[in-house]
Amino acid sequence: MAKANVHHAQRTETGVLAKRRAGGQAAGILLHAVLIFGALIMTLPFIWMLLSAFKDLSQIFLVPPRWIPHPFIWSNFKNSWNYLPFGTAYFNSLYINVIVVAAQLVTCSMAAYAFAKIRFPLRDSLFVLFLATMMVPEQVTIIPLYLIMKWFGWIDTHLPLIVPSSLINAFGVFLLRQFVKSIPPELEEAAIVDGAGRWTLYSRITMPLIKPALSALGIFTFLGMWNSFFKPLIFLNSPEKFTVPMMLNQFRGQYTTDWALLMAASSIAILPVLIVYMIGQRYIIEGVTLTGIKG
Amino acid sequence: MQKKGVNTFWGYLFIFPQLAGLLVFALLPLVMAVVLAFMKWDGFGAKVFVGFANFAYTFKDPDFLIALKNTTFYTVMVVPGTIIFGILIAVGLNKVRGKMLYRIFYYMPSITSSVAVAVVFLWIFNSDFGLINVYLKQWFHIQGPKWLTDTHIVLPSIALLSIWWGVGGNMILFLAGLQGISASYYEAAQIDGASKLQQFRHITIPLLTPTTFFATIVSIIGSFQVFDQSFIMTGGGPSKASYTLVYHIYQRAFVDFTFGRSAAGAIVLFVIILLLTAIQLRMGRRWVHYEG
Repeated sequence: MAKANVHHAQRTETGVLAKRRAGGQAAGILLHAVLIFGALIMTLPFIWMLLSAFKDLSQIFLVPPRWIPHPFIWSNFKNSWNYLPFGTAYFNSLYINVIVVAAQLVTCSMAAYAFAKIRFPLRDSLFVLFLATMMVPEQVTIIPLYLIMKWFGWIDTHLPLIVPSSLINAFGVFLLRQFVKSIPPELEEAAIVDGAGRWTLYSRITMPLIKPALSALGIFTFLGMWNSFFKPLIFLNSPEKFTVPMMLNQFRGQYTTDWALLMAASSIAILPVLIVYMIGQRYIIEGVTLTGIKG
Repeated sequence: MQKKGVNTFWGYLFIFPQLAGLLVFALLPLVMAVVLAFMKWDGFGAKVFVGFANFAYTFKDPDFLIALKNTTFYTVMVVPGTIIFGILIAVGLNKVRGKMLYRIFYYMPSITSSVAVAVVFLWIFNSDFGLINVYLKQWFHIQGPKWLTDTHIVLPSIALLSIWWGVGGNMILFLAGLQGISASYYEAAQIDGASKLQQFRHITIPLLTPTTFFATIVSIIGSFQVFDQSFIMTGGGPSKASYTLVYHIYQRAFVDFTFGRSAAGAIVLFVIILLLTAIQLRMGRRWVHYEG
């Protein structure tokens, strides 16, 4: 009797577990279906853009639309590239980005090191001031910034895009400081016993340890700068100085009807950010996770 | 020994580049913006002190009021949209296989240039031959709306695009937040027989409130600064239906050359953002739940 009961209980137990597992599997499949549907919504505009870049006008306006180009027209890329100086815009965006990313990694990490590891008067007040500037929208300071740049004689040069971005990034300082703070003080103490100076502590001990954070900041900066539209719009006038988003906007103004060319130009414009993103996307997550936004 | 002592020289040397940048390119312009808001100036002639006239003008300026209304409406649509979808996607992705691959796709729009995105959506939203309306007609025999040329629909259209564009950023924040929730809570709840939905409602949501709080503040600040989409896709139209606060600041400064009025508008935008943030910080005490 007792034995039968135990047996019965076991049977029900396995039955429930099996049912749960089956239910779990169905839920898992449903979850994947929903997630794939969502991922399609997120990516279809890009796929449509890229595929359309290979079409000619007769294919572009087909109703119902045919997604796969037939035949593939490769010349759209060459034509959109040649109609406007996209090559120059590419060069401009790339060199501006390289300078700004490099400069920011140096200036932000130096400030982050100081805020985390050195004691000096007003340190905490200055840090709060840095954080507070993150609250100021760029549009609030854009007119004065324009006037300052005019005073420097920098309008229609790349300096208004390069210099402020290289020298001020409160978010970057904050991000890197979080990482520097997490380095145990014993490491520095040991190096100090060996006679290391401040610069050595910063460059030889701290920098190598915060490489993931530096990568994250570099990627954030690259993506933000590459896509920036408002500031170039204000500071640049000559097409040969334009960055990629500005050139694309100019292109749109001139070829609003030739959608194939526009799609080719857009594809060319987003290619570098996609490459940087694919290479560095794990650092983006790490960067966000470790900024301490959990509170 | 420099270990524990105060080290003024090295401290200031290390922060010098960023401090100089902060003073010249952030604080000085901020002070100048405030001063300019009290001046009448066309960018060339003499500056004339006009007191609060620019602010008085701003609050009666029909363009500013339209911009304020539009921006508020836009924010009311976009912020809940990106937060709710951000949480749902993050929860869906958190434990699933192939999480990494999904994450790449969901975050992809957020990393692409506003101009490229706007160009593609100009086409997708086209009321005659855009993808959406063509398929609406073909599959459901519905004549789709005029997404970007109907005054009532243009702002929701741009909001829709912004949700698509911005949800990935919030998703990443929430994924980071989920990583911080200890598995032991779920194990305990499972032993107590809580369903998945109950676990979501009573564990995930409360423990995600700090992230939600942060994401809400950042999203509101961001959406009050919307500009690129309407500048590129609609030029603020039709009949100013997608004209936003930043568009207004841009228009007054770099099209009308009324720098004082533009600066006043910018200061008002800044004050709105500060107020909204302060309100949230205050209300946050009531609903944000910190662990431990």
